[in-house]
Amino acid sequence: MTDMATNNDIVPPAKSSLLALDARTQRRNREESTFKALGLGAVGIGMLFLLILLTTIVSNGVGAFTQTFINVPVYLDPAKLDKKGERNLDDIKKVSTFGYSPLVLNGLLELVQENGIDTPFEKSKQMKSLVSASAAAKVRDYVIANPDQIGETVTFNLLAASRVDGYLKDRVKREDVARDKNISAEHLDLVDELVKAGIVKKGFNWSFITGADASESRAEQAGIGVAMMGSFFMMLVVLLLSLPIGVAASIYLEEFAPQNKFTDLIEVNISNLAAVPSIVFGILGLAVFIQFMHLPQSAPLVGGLVLTLMTLPTIIISTRAALKAVPSSIRQAALGVGASKMQSVFHHVLPLAMPGILTGTIIGLAQALGETAPLLLIGMVGYIASNPPDGIVSGFMDPNSAMPAQIYEWAKRADPAYYERAWGGIIILLLFLLTMNVIAVILRRRFERRW
Amino acid sequence: MFDTDNAKNTMTQTDIKFSAKNVQVFYGENHAIKDVNVELEDKTVTAFIGPSGCGKSTFLRCLNRMNDTIDICKVKGDILLDGEDIYDKRVDPVQLRAKVGMVFQKPNPFPKSIYDNVAYGPRIHGLARSKAELDEIVEKSLRGAAIWNEVKDRLDAPGTGLSGGQQQRLCIARAIATKPEVLLMDEPCSALDPIATAQVEELIDDLRKDFSVVIVTHSMQQAARVSQKTAFFHLGNLVEFGETPQIFTNPEDERTESYITGRIG
Ligand SMILES: Nc1ncnc2c1ncn2[C@@H]1O[C@H](COP(=O)(O)OP(=O)(O)O)[C@@H](O)[C@H]1O
Ligand SMILES: [Mg+2]
Repeated sequence: MTDMATNNDIVPPAKSSLLALDARTQRRNREESTFKALGLGAVGIGMLFLLILLTTIVSNGVGAFTQTFINVPVYLDPAKLDKKGERNLDDIKKVSTFGYSPLVLNGLLELVQENGIDTPFEKSKQMKSLVSASAAAKVRDYVIANPDQIGETVTFNLLAASRVDGYLKDRVKREDVARDKNISAEHLDLVDELVKAGIVKKGFNWSFITGADASESRAEQAGIGVAMMGSFFMMLVVLLLSLPIGVAASIYLEEFAPQNKFTDLIEVNISNLAAVPSIVFGILGLAVFIQFMHLPQSAPLVGGLVLTLMTLPTIIISTRAALKAVPSSIRQAALGVGASKMQSVFHHVLPLAMPGILTGTIIGLAQALGETAPLLLIGMVGYIASNPPDGIVSGFMDPNSAMPAQIYEWAKRADPAYYERAWGGIIILLLFLLTMNVIAVILRRRFERRW
Repeated sequence: MFDTDNAKNTMTQTDIKFSAKNVQVFYGENHAIKDVNVELEDKTVTAFIGPSGCGKSTFLRCLNRMNDTIDICKVKGDILLDGEDIYDKRVDPVQLRAKVGMVFQKPNPFPKSIYDNVAYGPRIHGLARSKAELDEIVEKSLRGAAIWNEVKDRLDAPGTGLSGGQQQRLCIARAIATKPEVLLMDEPCSALDPIATAQVEELIDDLRKDFSVVIVTHSMQQAARVSQKTAFFHLGNLVEFGETPQIFTNPEDERTESYITGRIG
């Protein structure tokens, strides 16, 4: 009897209607909608942070992709550039950029006068602060490449000085120039006039993407291209070493190694390795690759080796997870028709694990691409590579920097013009990561579509 | 029906394919097979029956050394295939498995095309010298597995896209494509619906012409329908082995009787 009674308590009353929600259902529905709202809130907060991050990066960094240029016709005066008049390259090369600078400024002064612009400057020298210090070098390079042009007037699209660029981008304010010994209010007036005359123009800044870093005083000239090459060669090293080593190690551990204390130990160590701070790998690289093996300092080869050490655990862990996810029925099927272990792994398991392996590899590469700390210790941060590597060997062996190191370097510098470039560099870095992810997705699709 | 089968059996009785002597299997401490002695005949369907966990699959896996893939599994005793000890040090299990094919409980086609599923074995064993020969093997195997008509127009379609029963027959085709001498089947119909089961059973009866078949089943009706010999396992012991009709109508051991009458299982 008592049993019956308790049973009756548990079973809902038989006459309850389906059209009315009972208390229990109501409570469950309430819990469910609360959880949904919380989840939605969490996603929302995530999206908000992402949005803030992206807008900040884009609004701060997009300026680095445009640059102010001055169109100046320069009279390539033979009296200055080739006194002997023999057009002998060796003689021409003897004239340094100091010889070219007055020619550029003269050209600018003439241009100002021709356009009837009212200015207090009478000497060309006074306009020096409008033109980038790199301008003379550009003209010199042109003359050395085309000596026959000496005596002609050639129009150059020259970089404006960083202050001028900053003024047009609102970075340099008129209120501030009183304290600035690089530029004066009169200069800014002149810039306004030159803009009106169409002589000073903003344009897309290819050299930011392709160029080399520049000294502290020439922010307008600095580009991330060479550091990009450095990163590229490092990634090549990382990919070529860590993918085969990582995949081979994972296959061995996952498919062939016996289960014993020794392999357990290896397993634990690999997981721990993944958590080691990257700067530790940096000092290891310094000790082993540079001090012991005497590989060149600051070289992408060494950077790549260090980053390989860092990436390996990531690749091994994700590859093993991918291998584990392949159902064992596939292995059995292969063994069952008389395939050897290796055949079953390489013909069946590995292709199925490929999407996971690729994802892990790309995540590892992306981590390596954005890594700065270990590069500090092997001399890749702060190194100013003024020339792009020439050839593949030089790409691996010659001192270089890397994108994140370059960004760090720029962010450190005092000139606000560099601040903008640091953000610009971050945009490029993120574009690289985006591209890598897209490649990962495409490869994954490819491999999945095989069946 | 049983009568004709028995007649065939008596004709081939002298051909012993597998001979197991004092076989013991351990999974670590767990003694899964206890001193099993049995002789399996060629061109015969032998059924292994018994309650769940009694060691049917374990013993079946000994016959193609699939147990080698389980680290903790130790096999003792002798198993001879055509008089040769398959656990001899000189025997490569890979070669053995080409001779002793296996079909698993859950259909497990490779996630590749139907053609590639069947062609895989012949390819790795070098059984075909040309594409035409391979095509022929694939067609013959698919016909042998009674699935040719259903898939002949879509050999390039993925094997995993077939229905469960078709997948299992594809797996059988894959197994017979390597021209094995023995075909081991571990509950091949347990994941199939009755119609697919009937098709596979019919197929097993056909296969007997060319192979000896060992089938593990939890269905006594199935054992009665497809097999000529039946082995009853209980708690790791081979309790009774004999002609199928005799096991089902007149078992000697009382455990066998309890099992087939549904009192244990
Ligand atoms: N891979 C394995 N590892 C450990 N023990 C196993 C394994 N496979 C089977 N066993 C044990 O061996 C015994 C027999 O199992 P099995 O051969 O699968 O029985 P059946 O196929 O007759 O149901 C069971 O006690 C089971 O727990
Ligand atoms: Mg079983």
